[in-house]
Amino acid sequence: MDVIVQLQAQFVEYTTSLYREGFLDDQFTQLQKLQDESNPDFVVEVVRLFFEDSEKLLNNLATALQQQCVDYKQVDAHVHQFKGSSSSIGAQRVKNVCVAFRNYCEEKNLEGCLRCLQQAKHEYYLMKSKLETLFRLEQEILAAGGSVPMMT
Amino acid sequence: MARNGVFSRRKWLEKSEGFDLSLSDSHEAHVLAVDDSLVDRKVIERLLKISSCKVTAVDSGRRALQFLGLDEEKSSVTFDGLKVDLIITDYCMPGMTGYELLKKIKESSTFREIPVVIMSSENILARIHRCLEEGAEDFIVKPVKLSDVKRLKDCMLGQDRMESEDRGINKRKSCETSDILSSSPSTSPPSSR
Repeated sequence: MDVIVQLQAQFVEYTTSLYREGFLDDQFTQLQKLQDESNPDFVVEVVRLFFEDSEKLLNNLATALQQQCVDYKQVDAHVHQFKGSSSSIGAQRVKNVCVAFRNYCEEKNLEGCLRCLQQAKHEYYLMKSKLETLFRLEQEILAAGGSVPMMT
Repeated sequence: MARNGVFSRRKWLEKSEGFDLSLSDSHEAHVLAVDDSLVDRKVIERLLKISSCKVTAVDSGRRALQFLGLDEEKSSVTFDGLKVDLIITDYCMPGMTGYELLKKIKESSTFREIPVVIMSSENILARIHRCLEEGAEDFIVKPVKLSDVKRLKDCMLGQDRMESEDRGINKRKSCETSDILSSSPSTSPPSSR
């Protein structure tokens, strides 16, 4: 029983810190509301889709920015998609980098774009690792026979 | 005219987070959702399903028209079993935008009565205005939340209520009469909860 309580406390603290540090915003909470007994893995499924989508987008962005003649419209289209999906799952810091990124696209500022790409990658992989930790914590609680606290 | 979506003009009595968008006991609303983003499709699909809708999700305007049977101007007679009660589409999509899809639907004598809702991550007034002018029922600023799906109730129940005299549909919910008769759409501010 102690183990469960400890794990649950850890989970709550970790989740709270993710919101506090701006990794997650309200939209992540919205996704939790869509999860229930009939769809117990909804959040994990959406987040995994986000991971797959994002890694493709980051590769596409790297390629697009490596071209002799950079097509900023194309770059912007990729960033727009990345901004959209990160916003949809509540990945706030990633979304914010995308906002700045789009401005550099508009200015056709290659250096700015490359910097943003690095930042986007950094924030994305950081977010990914944090979410994976969060999901692992959830699994540990469930494995110990406990239930995952609802964060509202 | 845009209403401030933060102040709810009606109180919904919901048992749970989801709420029932069913038009009646026997007919679950069928929503056609159009979005090129896989992540967004999954989210909107779940939002609608948790609100008791049947959902068909497609990834482009083209596929939406094909589903409706509009793509090659085929007769819609064969599609009776797939009656669509609401179309919700993303604005920014490669190929055909949500706006172009909206136009095509409103130009069709068969489908122009189906309410169309536009979703967009960009809260651009000119864009919203253009869509509403073209006949969009509502405009939702992404990311879409449960409270946004709740507002869609107007689109579907509003149509149905005007045809039906039975007030029993909404026994669980209270509606201001003015909202039912009013066809003015509302927009959702980005920070609404």
